[in-house]
Amino acid sequence: MLRFALLRILSAIPTLLFVILTAFLLVHAAPGGPFDAERVLPPEIEANIERTYHLDEPLPQQFVRYVRGLLHGDMGPSYRYRSYTVAEIIAGAYPVSFLLGALSLLLALALGMFLGLAAAIRRNTMLDRVLSAVAISGISLPVFVIAPVLVLFFAVHLHWLPASFASTSPGTRFVLPVLALALPQVAYIARLFRGSMIEVLESDFIRSATAQGLRTRAILFHHAIRPAVLPLLSYLGPAVATVLTGSVVVEQIFGIPGLGQHFVSGALNRDYTLVLGLVIFYAVLIITLNLIVDLLYGYLDPRIRYR
Amino acid sequence: MTKFCRNRCASEALRLTLVFSALSLLALTGCNKTAEQPFDNTLYRSIGAEPESLDIHTARSTQSSVVLRDLGEGLTGYSASGVVVAAGAESWQVSANGLEYRFQLRTAARWSNGEPVIAEHYVYSMRRMVNPDTAAAYAEFVNEIKNARAILSGDLPPQSLGIEAASDFELVITLERPVPYFLSLLTHNSTFPIYPPSVEAHGAEYARPGNMISNGAYTLDDWKIGSAISINRNPYYWNNVSTSIDRVLHLVTPEPTAEANRFRAGELDITDTVPTESFAQLREEYPEQLRVAPFLNVYYYGLNLTKPPLRGNPELRRALSMAIDREVIVDKVMGRGELPAYSWVPPGVDNYQAMQFSYANQPHEERVATARRLYEEAGYSTSKPLEIEIRYNTSDVHQRVALAVQAMWREALGFEAKLINEDFQVLLANILAREVTQVFRSAWNGEYNDASAFLSVMESGNASNLPGYNSEEFDSLMTRAADQMNPRHRRLFLEEAERELLSDHPVIPIYFYVSKHLVSSRVQGWQDNPLDYHYSQHLSLIPRQAN
Repeated sequence: MLRFALLRILSAIPTLLFVILTAFLLVHAAPGGPFDAERVLPPEIEANIERTYHLDEPLPQQFVRYVRGLLHGDMGPSYRYRSYTVAEIIAGAYPVSFLLGALSLLLALALGMFLGLAAAIRRNTMLDRVLSAVAISGISLPVFVIAPVLVLFFAVHLHWLPASFASTSPGTRFVLPVLALALPQVAYIARLFRGSMIEVLESDFIRSATAQGLRTRAILFHHAIRPAVLPLLSYLGPAVATVLTGSVVVEQIFGIPGLGQHFVSGALNRDYTLVLGLVIFYAVLIITLNLIVDLLYGYLDPRIRYR
Repeated sequence: MTKFCRNRCASEALRLTLVFSALSLLALTGCNKTAEQPFDNTLYRSIGAEPESLDIHTARSTQSSVVLRDLGEGLTGYSASGVVVAAGAESWQVSANGLEYRFQLRTAARWSNGEPVIAEHYVYSMRRMVNPDTAAAYAEFVNEIKNARAILSGDLPPQSLGIEAASDFELVITLERPVPYFLSLLTHNSTFPIYPPSVEAHGAEYARPGNMISNGAYTLDDWKIGSAISINRNPYYWNNVSTSIDRVLHLVTPEPTAEANRFRAGELDITDTVPTESFAQLREEYPEQLRVAPFLNVYYYGLNLTKPPLRGNPELRRALSMAIDREVIVDKVMGRGELPAYSWVPPGVDNYQAMQFSYANQPHEERVATARRLYEEAGYSTSKPLEIEIRYNTSDVHQRVALAVQAMWREALGFEAKLINEDFQVLLANILAREVTQVFRSAWNGEYNDASAFLSVMESGNASNLPGYNSEEFDSLMTRAADQMNPRHRRLFLEEAERELLSDHPVIPIYFYVSKHLVSSRVQGWQDNPLDYHYSQHLSLIPRQAN
């Protein structure tokens, strides 16, 4: 297993380099530059700025300079937030995104698996149909609809919860963003888990266990859940990366200082270094999480052997 | 799976659901705000998008300026109603030829660390601004200070700038030619003094929490990118006694609908804007709190004058302008109190009477008839229609305006303009390249209250002259205006220059923006003004009532 993990980590290096090169070429290929605005800078000032940030150099030279910086742990200064470095921006934003993402993922997992389980056990009954309908609506409703509706209901009408993250009640400011992030995931997880649970519950070994007179709880929690969780695991790898790196919509609606908004604003502002820094951060996260998922597979499914 | 098992599991599931719902409800109701809360002397104001910098010289956005006006103070400033008043300087004298300004600084002015603000700090700041290494965004604001241009282009050292400290509290600025609105320019954040030890210790990072020493009514406390900038009262500020609000949170709220919801929830005292789609509803909900006022900002369609068919074809450009029914656009498409634009300089500019297109007061039908004639004279007809593109940056509002203009041109002149929306940076790159753009959307915001803030943009050498307008007549009128010492003569030249500009139609002004804010009833001292500048130190708060 250790050999497998090491091999995977080594093979991630060329993948990462390829990702960096592609992202570098793409951001530089987009028309416009990081210092363009309606108030156009006089040419001599623009030339000064370009010289300061080495944007006057040929692209290959800029790429080499960037990678050399990376090897020294330097992601460069942000072109937009000129008083901050990219590393500082990511370091400031990811704890918030991680906490928010982790909370919403936990909620989504708990609620989604629970609902999926309930629907699987009671399949083809009214409960199953209601839960399926709710799940489908949850998947179909985009977060930019769910979030404002939650705000209107809980913050504007009921005044129970704050409408923004910067509110004066720090204890409750996570509730609505977490709900908004979790609800679509709940729906998805519930559907996925229902399907895999039904498949497992109909398999021979469960029938044998039931015939042997094992208690329902033991059958469900000791025998059925482990294999039923496998499809969920494949889904969770990328889902964790997505949720942990924040959602631009939820962040903008609630004013959360997370990572998600930087993906979009960085690209729109042509903040080359910030976009590249985020791409690298995201790529490393995805690679790591996929590795963890693969290792977990082996733990959960005894049929899988690593070579 | 047996029926027995299914029933038991289901009942367990239901029981858990009930417990979960009860717990959630408990958690939610536990958060219910109590009616009795201590008086919160914090102003929650929205700045819309994220400011990119708080460095007075490299900051470029209006959002940065809003925060910087609270943190710093220049020689002059604006009153709550938008009039230029003494700020860091107590008094000043201008020489008879208008070239020398002698400022007496306030001896009571202090930095946020308690040290006095002295003339050298202004000198240091201005030299930093024109230093090519700083790459200051607004360096052109001080172009007229002696030697500024030569320093910016690297021909002279920053020390040769025409500014000197006659004593600790007397500052002398020498200009190359008179600038009648110079005192307005000195209100801008890029001309604020700067605390030299802070810049020397931290370089470009001087403007970060913990490093920044400021001389305004507030000091920088914290900056969470993507969320908020919090600033606290500066106890050393010379006029601290008049500052009422202890703390200001400048909140980042790029989404206007989310912003309005936060206002409704009582979490914002001042919004940055009001969403177009719910404007009418908000006007009904908050008739007292909605503040709409004329604003020095023009929404226009620029015309690329360097390529056919618009190059060398003023009559065609005139026809395109005449066929647009601006009243319909402001009433039906915008509907937020915007004013139809028939001039380049907005109304409300001091010491100036904005000129108008000659057809401004004609009935629309007459305008259309003339436009049709001009269009045909330019060689176009229904069988040989004009092929033209309108480019705008992706946004609902810009799309609606473009659709309206497209329909008006179709109806009046019989051609179908092609609409292309682009990401803002792409649009800007295309406009500046002047290769593919024909008609493009843009806007211009006057950052000081003078007609030249708008007219100078159209001078042939100006980097923001997006259409590529190049008129010797216009340039010469602008130069002559700049050389005038007599304000009345200067005004006449500027008016003449605008008349020339309008007759050439390098741009089609469509409407003048209005400033739009929701201002909570707990905010006192708010006054609408054409620059839409509202210093937090001019405001005060009363205990919260329902919004």
